[in-house]
Amino acid sequence: MSQTFIQEPLDKAAPHVVPAQAVTLNVNGEDHTIQIAPWTSLLDALREYLNLTGTKKGCDHGQCGACTVLVDGKRINSCLALATVYQGKKIQTIEGLGAEDNLSPLQQAFVDHDAFQCGYCTPGQICSAQGLINEGRCKTEDEVREHMSGNLCRCGAYTNILSAVMEVLHDGNVVVDNGVLITIPVAPTKASSAE
Amino acid sequence: MNSFTLTQATATDEAVRDLTSHDGAAYLGGGTNLVDLMKYNLERPTHLTSLGLLPLTDITSLPDGGLRLGALATNADTAWHPEVEKRYPLLSQTILAGATPQLRNVATNGGNLNQRTRCYYFYDLATPCNKREPGSGCSALTGPNRVCGVLGTSESCIATHPSDMCVALAALEAVVRVQGPDGERTIKFEDYHRLPGDHPEKDNTLKPGELVTAIDLPEEGYADHFTYLKLRDRSSYAFALVSVAVGLKMNGNTIEKARFALGGVAHKPWRDQEAEKMLEGQTASPDLFRQVAAKVFAEAKGYGEDSLHNSFKIELGKRAIVRALKQATEMSQVVNPNVFLNSNP
Repeated sequence: MSQTFIQEPLDKAAPHVVPAQAVTLNVNGEDHTIQIAPWTSLLDALREYLNLTGTKKGCDHGQCGACTVLVDGKRINSCLALATVYQGKKIQTIEGLGAEDNLSPLQQAFVDHDAFQCGYCTPGQICSAQGLINEGRCKTEDEVREHMSGNLCRCGAYTNILSAVMEVLHDGNVVVDNGVLITIPVAPTKASSAE
Repeated sequence: MNSFTLTQATATDEAVRDLTSHDGAAYLGGGTNLVDLMKYNLERPTHLTSLGLLPLTDITSLPDGGLRLGALATNADTAWHPEVEKRYPLLSQTILAGATPQLRNVATNGGNLNQRTRCYYFYDLATPCNKREPGSGCSALTGPNRVCGVLGTSESCIATHPSDMCVALAALEAVVRVQGPDGERTIKFEDYHRLPGDHPEKDNTLKPGELVTAIDLPEEGYADHFTYLKLRDRSSYAFALVSVAVGLKMNGNTIEKARFALGGVAHKPWRDQEAEKMLEGQTASPDLFRQVAAKVFAEAKGYGEDSLHNSFKIELGKRAIVRALKQATEMSQVVNPNVFLNSNP
């Protein structure tokens, strides 16, 4: 992951620009110091400055959920967050939940259930589902539907998204470990996935 | 978004000083409404006083038996706080009926009170709106106004306050604690938001520089007889067309104490204390509820009859009151506050 930063795009275009400030963000367990203006959203900081383009910009108004990331384990809309006030928080993006050769249980379930068509909303859906599991409030399909309502899918893959989330939610071998979901290799006892 | 500077205050006094020492400054709480409005160029603060580091996130019991909700506690933490769930399930359910998990995880209690209307014309910079630009006119009076109000409106503005949470806070008779350049004071919830009158640009009665520090709930939480009925165009993630928050104290079938408030119908959460009195000491019955509903909407004014316009809210509002009072009286359904299931009356 590159740690280079690009100049604030408005620097040359707009007059009276507030100088960029050094801001340190802890993303997926690593500190990154970037030079950003106060109005840089967390979403833009992740995508444009840290090259973490898994997090998607959909509506940019907190309505679609494509930009969902986890902050201290809680799901938020990164498009409505000003990055400068997220210093000192533990930020997790889709890149931090699993790796290509080691998918998170949610990522694997989305593949297994064909829970997407175009895939644009998928990182947000998965981060949101991770947040839902962290919250430990949902058990039934109706509850999961309601608590995934902040993530829109214009392809309409909701049925399969729901079945993917339900599978992980009720998989006794999946636990939250250090902020990410893992599948326990051997499971002698049923563990709660809601901790 | 316009250019601005930002300070992260660490104490309430410091936040108030920082804001008042900058022209055109605004407080930044969770930012879920303010940042959005700034992206639309509707709010153009030149300085933000960020409140994220202030120690106002606690939810604590009060000596008088009430509960204090820190202004910077998030809506999610408030809805799922054990004391709120146990003693004020109406508030919990009402918060969870609004927005999305992502928004509730960031949006603060103080910010919920101070969020702006979602009236179409307030957001549409191409159309006149007295709330956005005083004196420019109200496009909603004749334009599509399905989301607008029917009670307490004025010729200047028929916008509604969009909050669900505030409807419960009105019914619970909460008290808002604020701190400003002149010190601290408290505001009764019914006096916090205002009707539009000739100054729809003012949503509430805060003075310049004042900051909400806490919301105090009285001891009575109506945990045995309550309901939040929210009617909307889709059953999740939509603002209320009409909503009713009810809290009752019952003795058998007799209503000893009644509090209720409506959302989606006015510039503020709508409480009618005369209507509440009509219920008290009476035996619960559909006829009584219909009389109460008729009283609440006796002076309502609709602004157009077709489906794009809002006169339907008068009949819908009456039916919603009757149904909500029935639900709260009977508590016949085991309500899971995690899921707000909508159905037609």
